[in-house]
Amino acid sequence: MTQFHGGARTVWDASAISRALTRMAHQIIEANAGAEGLTLLGIPTRGAPLAHRFARLIGEAEGVEVPVGELDVTMYRDDLRRQPVRPVGRTRVPRDSVDDRVVVLVDDVLNSGRTIAAALEAIKDLGRPQAVRLAVLVDRGHRELPIQADHVGKDLPTSRAERVDVHLSEVDGEDGVLIATGEEG
Amino acid sequence: MRHLLSTADLSSAEATAILDVAEEMHDVQSRPVKKLPTLRGKTIVNMFFEDSTRTRTSFEIAGKWMSADTINVSAKGSSVSKGESMRDTMLTLDAMGVDCFVIRHPSSGAPRQAAGWVTASVINAGDGQHEHPTQALLDAFTLRRHFRETADGEFAGKRLVIVGDLLHSRVVRSNVLLQRTLDAQVTLVAPPTLLPTDVETWGVRVTQDFDAALADADAVMMLRVQRERMSGGFFPTAREYAENYGLTAERLHRLRPTTAILHPGPMNRGVEISSEAADATASRVLDQVSAGVAVRMSVLYHLLGGGEGNR
Repeated sequence: MTQFHGGARTVWDASAISRALTRMAHQIIEANAGAEGLTLLGIPTRGAPLAHRFARLIGEAEGVEVPVGELDVTMYRDDLRRQPVRPVGRTRVPRDSVDDRVVVLVDDVLNSGRTIAAALEAIKDLGRPQAVRLAVLVDRGHRELPIQADHVGKDLPTSRAERVDVHLSEVDGEDGVLIATGEEG
Repeated sequence: MRHLLSTADLSSAEATAILDVAEEMHDVQSRPVKKLPTLRGKTIVNMFFEDSTRTRTSFEIAGKWMSADTINVSAKGSSVSKGESMRDTMLTLDAMGVDCFVIRHPSSGAPRQAAGWVTASVINAGDGQHEHPTQALLDAFTLRRHFRETADGEFAGKRLVIVGDLLHSRVVRSNVLLQRTLDAQVTLVAPPTLLPTDVETWGVRVTQDFDAALADADAVMMLRVQRERMSGGFFPTAREYAENYGLTAERLHRLRPTTAILHPGPMNRGVEISSEAADATASRVLDQVSAGVAVRMSVLYHLLGGGEGNR
């Protein structure tokens, strides 16, 4: 059911997000044949709380503690000089959690792929993982680079004029996926 | 932000943003690969018309770790020694397409004047007895970390005591201006002969009673007594200075355990600071040095890391 929410329409509510995260957590475990060797790195702002949620879900399912961190990619972006100085988010990567491990990058929305390209650059400076995978809550298309996610919560075909906003309780007070029409930004 | 010439030009939000990014940059120092691609293709010229090791080196490292090309020009060995004016030297380099000048100069106000000549960004790396903004920012960075460990992490209401040769110090002015913006309380301690003439207009407490000021200090910053001044009649002997205004072992033992000790370096052990105090657990002197690179990386990012919108 579609709800309207101050000019934006809600396409997914909290329970839909919760179900998707649970499914994705199990897909991550399955793809890795367990939680052994996994590291979750969330991309701020909203990838970070998602990574922590995955860590909790995977931890509960497998009875282990999964290393989880945050990886800000601002300093690695290729579009820095196209706009004013951007604020920089937190980077907290647990010790010994990159080299020879399977790093799962976590973000809320996959769009052009440029953020993920920057993240791959950033990971290279932290160490050499055995593999890097990508988990996103929403894939909205419009790729500008050859990048695909391994685990997707929802494919959401959109027009470029629309904006996809993921709201998470840790940041926004409540969970939801919204589509707003109009100016980018 | 286009230039960094004085800490007076920074709002509280801007200063906090610089400290926040510096916090992230500080972690880069402990990584196996100390390199970010952020300023790839930018050129930074360090123009030092006065000797400096730690400031010049940390600017150079900061630029290199952010992938900028950094070039050092000292007055010696450049066309400045052939009589070319600073203005002509800078215009020449500006015409080559340099993005940023980092300037250390013995004359107060030289960097601000230079900023009017060139299209590049200008950073004041110490001008005469006037200002040294990145030193004040790295002091603030060190203090904030200390306040986070020992208290609420805020500057508001914290008491900072700055002691020593305030007359010849560029560090003190930048610190007073910045700490005032960040809402800390500053008390200055110095012999009357080493007080700047306009100190009463700075809006801070000034006293000769070091011990009273220390009693409730959250941090104490000892400034270097410039040995070359000792013959100038500013104070009778180094020993008498140390007794009245030095952080002696005896004063160290009376400090509250949460009082941080700072010194911008280089230290004169036995004059303004005793070895006991310099090496005490409360001493943050080496933290200041390691903060220097992170803070300068953050300043470079804020000046050069965006598009034309902030130029």
